[in-house]
Amino acid sequence: MDLPFLVTQSLSGLASASSLFIISCGLTIVFGVTRIVNFAHGSFYMLGAYLAVSIVPRLLDLHYSLPMFLAGIVAAAVVVGLVGVVMEVVLLRRIYRAPELFQLLATFGVVLVIEDLVVTFWGPLDLMGARAPGMRGAVDILGNRFPVYQLFLIGTGVLVLALLWLLMHRTRYGVLVRAATQDREMVGALGVNQAILFTGTLFLGSFLAGLGGALQSPLIAANSHMDIAIIAEAFVVTVIGGMGSVPGAFLAALLIGQLQAFGILIVPKATLVLVFALMAVVLIVKPWGLLGRPEAPATRAAPEGIANLKPFGRVERIAAVLALGVALLLPVFGDAYLVKLGTEILIFALAAFSLNLLLGNGGIVSFGHAAYFGIGAYAAGLLAIRLGMAMLPALMLAPIVAGLFAALFGVFIVRLSGIYLAMLTLAFAQIAYAVAFQWVGLTGGDNGILGIWPPDWASGRTAYYYLVLVFAVAAIAALRHAIYAPFGATLRAARDSAVRADAIGIDVKLYRLAAFALAGAAAGLAGALYAFANGSIDPTLLAIPLSIDMLAMTLAGGIQTVIGPLVGAAAFHTAKDFFMPLTDYWRLLLGLAIIAMVLAAPQGLAGGWARLRSRFSGAPA
Amino acid sequence: MSLLMVEGLDKAFGGVIAARAVSFALEAGELLAVIGPNGAGKSTVFNIIGGQLRPDAGRVVLAGDTITGLAPRAVWRKGLGRTFQVAQTFISMSVTENVQMALMSWHGEAASLTASAAGLRRAEAIGLLGLVGMAEAADRPISALAYGDVKRVELAIALAGEPKLLLMDEPTAGMAPKERAALMQLVAGLARERKIGVLFTEHDMAAVFGHADRILVLMHGEVIASGPPDAVRRDPKVRDVYLGESGLAAANAAGTAP
Amino acid sequence: MNTRIDRRTALGTALGGLAAGIAGLAGRPALADGAPIKIGELNSYSRLAAFCGPYRNAMQLAQDEINAAGGIKTIGGRPLEFVFRDDGASPGDAVRAAEELLTREKVVMLAGTFLSNVGLAVADFANQRKTLFLATEPLSDAITMAQGNPYTFRVRPSTYMQTKMIVEAVKGRGIKRWALVAPNYEYGQSAVANFKKLMKEAVPGFEVVSEQFPAFGKIDAGATVGALEQSKPDAIFNVLFAADLTAFVREGNTRGLFENRLVASLLSGEPEYMLPLGDETPEGWITTGYPWDQITNPKHQAFVKAYQAKFNDTPRLGSLLGYVVVHMIAAMLEKSGSTETDKMIAALSGLTVETVAGPVTMRALDHQSTLGAWVGETTRKGRTGSMKNWKYEDGANYMFPEAEVKAARKG
Repeated sequence: MDLPFLVTQSLSGLASASSLFIISCGLTIVFGVTRIVNFAHGSFYMLGAYLAVSIVPRLLDLHYSLPMFLAGIVAAAVVVGLVGVVMEVVLLRRIYRAPELFQLLATFGVVLVIEDLVVTFWGPLDLMGARAPGMRGAVDILGNRFPVYQLFLIGTGVLVLALLWLLMHRTRYGVLVRAATQDREMVGALGVNQAILFTGTLFLGSFLAGLGGALQSPLIAANSHMDIAIIAEAFVVTVIGGMGSVPGAFLAALLIGQLQAFGILIVPKATLVLVFALMAVVLIVKPWGLLGRPEAPATRAAPEGIANLKPFGRVERIAAVLALGVALLLPVFGDAYLVKLGTEILIFALAAFSLNLLLGNGGIVSFGHAAYFGIGAYAAGLLAIRLGMAMLPALMLAPIVAGLFAALFGVFIVRLSGIYLAMLTLAFAQIAYAVAFQWVGLTGGDNGILGIWPPDWASGRTAYYYLVLVFAVAAIAALRHAIYAPFGATLRAARDSAVRADAIGIDVKLYRLAAFALAGAAAGLAGALYAFANGSIDPTLLAIPLSIDMLAMTLAGGIQTVIGPLVGAAAFHTAKDFFMPLTDYWRLLLGLAIIAMVLAAPQGLAGGWARLRSRFSGAPA
Repeated sequence: MSLLMVEGLDKAFGGVIAARAVSFALEAGELLAVIGPNGAGKSTVFNIIGGQLRPDAGRVVLAGDTITGLAPRAVWRKGLGRTFQVAQTFISMSVTENVQMALMSWHGEAASLTASAAGLRRAEAIGLLGLVGMAEAADRPISALAYGDVKRVELAIALAGEPKLLLMDEPTAGMAPKERAALMQLVAGLARERKIGVLFTEHDMAAVFGHADRILVLMHGEVIASGPPDAVRRDPKVRDVYLGESGLAAANAAGTAP
Repeated sequence: MNTRIDRRTALGTALGGLAAGIAGLAGRPALADGAPIKIGELNSYSRLAAFCGPYRNAMQLAQDEINAAGGIKTIGGRPLEFVFRDDGASPGDAVRAAEELLTREKVVMLAGTFLSNVGLAVADFANQRKTLFLATEPLSDAITMAQGNPYTFRVRPSTYMQTKMIVEAVKGRGIKRWALVAPNYEYGQSAVANFKKLMKEAVPGFEVVSEQFPAFGKIDAGATVGALEQSKPDAIFNVLFAADLTAFVREGNTRGLFENRLVASLLSGEPEYMLPLGDETPEGWITTGYPWDQITNPKHQAFVKAYQAKFNDTPRLGSLLGYVVVHMIAAMLEKSGSTETDKMIAALSGLTVETVAGPVTMRALDHQSTLGAWVGETTRKGRTGSMKNWKYEDGANYMFPEAEVKAARKG
């Protein structure tokens, strides 16, 4: 490698770092002020690109010049900023008092809606944006050609950093943003109009996302997959930098840009996992990112999760018996497809229930629960296909394997807290995904492994349904018992006050680790059951979308109640199954359903029910 | 041998000295108050004893065991119960469940997956709540209690581990004056009756001079005076640097009270 | 893997009863006179709309034409009815949708899928449920080779076939130093593996000077182009497509990566991927594609005319494929005269259909159709990309050798 190459390659790294920074700093500012993990940030980036594709050529037709190009880029970003404002006013503002995770679910609904709207407005074809006048070519750098536009991007990144610094340190708004980032309650104490601060922040954050997208439009064709492609990476940057830290995001983006530019020279297939491996390493060494601060322990009045655990009352008991009765009789009154659907609902119910052992009961937010579902599925599939093991032993061993992996990852995960913990779960899930994807010899790569079918006695749809019913109900009952047992109470205690728990002899991290392993094992069982239900395994079973689905199911049902996740799994999966055959726009409908649900029942479906009940019985909620 | 022996504690944060050569001892059944202005190092000393902080130098001996640098959960096993400046309770639980939790932990039942938590150690918990006068509120959510009552429950939680030493960081903060006196009386009674040593900090001089057997005065991380309330009250150094006019009035008032 | 074969055989025997039951269910509508013959079509209509939208359009066009002409004559003139389902671009959703099509819609067979992992999962499902599955779009060699099964057929020319077409087109130039760039998943990896193998056989001294595998849909074009440029290859083999391709081409154009170098590329001439390139379409890449506007075959011209009239849009490769698939299914049904799975499979094996692309035969040996591809050079026409010096390469000349098929396919 000669010097000129090293220079241009690191400039390439700088250019992508610059784009990544512009996008990520918007995300980090929004998180810092509102504490909302804004999944829709990637969608805003995509909107920015599409809008630039539409707006810029029109302006260039008026007058072909660089200022017109720049005006178009800024106009696109402003429009996206306004979309962010609309989201804040119409949606987020109504649910600031709901659990923080519920806001995440709402933004996930927005992702689905925007994705389909983009295809509706702009069509399914990828759209290339106009090149910038005067920046079509390349300059000679030590004998290598380097695109002028990428130099411009590097400059823009630095400019954005400088302008943000001025905004944060020289304006009243900036002071408020920094104050809110450090201590949310202080803002309330200062008598600041929170609504205006939040609206302004959503505008700024969305503007930056849109700007990032618009600036990419001459480089990347606008397409409807951009949102997903960018959002995980943007999260990684913000977390590595430290959530809420703009300079941190800048540093992290630089790091990732260079790592990508040179990493692909050494391991060309590394791109899949490089950033997540980096995030895992950074979080293990620096639990709050490079420039982040320890999160102040939350002082909110009520914890987000299962509260006031009561044994089933008469109504709940009757409902449970009825539900079990319906489940038992499903193959009698339902057709074959309903049996198939029922099988999957039971499997996802178990997965969501296991997630809520962490989420609702332990206060541990996992963004990577699919990892253990997938590891269970792979364990079962590999045992069955590679070792020729029978189904039942494979179903028994799979949760143990998943539990062991959960324990292994958990050792690092439980050392963290809050959003950092959540992001480390995501990092490990992505690493597991990359291994399943890349280790073709063992796992079959992205094509996966086929032929994982149950033996004859269980191969009928009804027979397998009953098998799943037995396993799922037994596992759910066991987990439910754990929640009601001292173990579950101890987890809730540690969630409510880790300081108090420690002061009465509870090893908080050890309990969280045990919960992680237990939840991982249960998810692994669900995954194994899923593998035999569908006959194949592939990396989508460990991927982010499935983790999000599980979160959505759990949150939709409500994390405050024990049975919420079961209701959520049934509702979410049924809704998805209902919308999917209806139209190509099933994402739009599903997204709207999620948003409507969030607005109507901010405690989740089961939580809403619990509230209704307490309202009518007159007891406090 | 004293119940608690603190010897030569040093602790600095960056360049700021929070404790320097802090030494003192506490006997079983004795109430020792640590006072001093904000930033004098009271919380640092408390957190070192409680296990939340590790000292740069020095050691802490509880009932003959060196506990320096042990984690809070281990210190608790050695017989230290503690309450916090801002009450730390399990906010999603009922009053009795809070105490039950501590009892389950003390009896090594917290990890059980088989038992049902609801009824476990309930009678004992209500007994402890009775001690602090909170038995009637047993089944109320702790989030619904007045702050003074929460502090009482916290005391019951601390008592669940049959402590030899109670560490109480501003036990009466946020309480009405009448409540304060009642709580301090309760603590003093328990200490004497059960031979528990009590180490507490307070800003309320009436509570300090009214109930402490001995008082330790901290200033810039150093012990500047210690002794019975009368001696400390008369100490000119303490008068100058800490008590001031209003504090002195309160201290005197407490001293002359029956 | 003896254990696996044993397992499958045992499974197959034992499942006979169940299979017969399902086949009976599926076959039942055949008794109803004049009721449409339902065919289940699974695809990523939402996630991959650029390809799947035109594909479905053309299917509806062909379905209407066939029904207007009297339906399937050997089965009482019953009309065809395609039932479309989104496969969610994931194997799990696809298998569930396949179950729904079989059990609720009572379709007589399954067709479709785009992504290879989805196609493979549905193929395995079809094998388990003893249902005919016509994998229309997925390119993975595994579908007809290592993972091939008696119930699954594939229409599109596979990765191997298309790569071989490209190798045939470039090997005569004797270029030895190649850089390879492909998306990091099975399609990209197997295209690269095929290319290396075939080039080694064809060009003595063939050498790979660098390889890049950007994550699919997430290319860092600057770094990738820099890495390729650095290795100073004499030619580049590209497997990138869709958004990765456009980003790669723009960056490469700006930095002169393609100057004085031969570029051989898979799929880049397909309108789906060429349209977004617009005036950046590179000149002279050797590629597979679909020059729909230049094909003079009257049958094809009629198809284009009908398609444009109905949808007010130009056809894509997806359109051609959808149109061919429906006619292939119709021909199969005409021949089988029945919707029973066994008879349909017998009819489809070795069936030759006169399609708008020319005669296409479904090879019985590996269930791979001989549908070919147009191989030519990319060029710019005004502000859009096009193809020149192209030639339709009949897939029949690019099939896997019989011995390799027999070695790869189990059972």
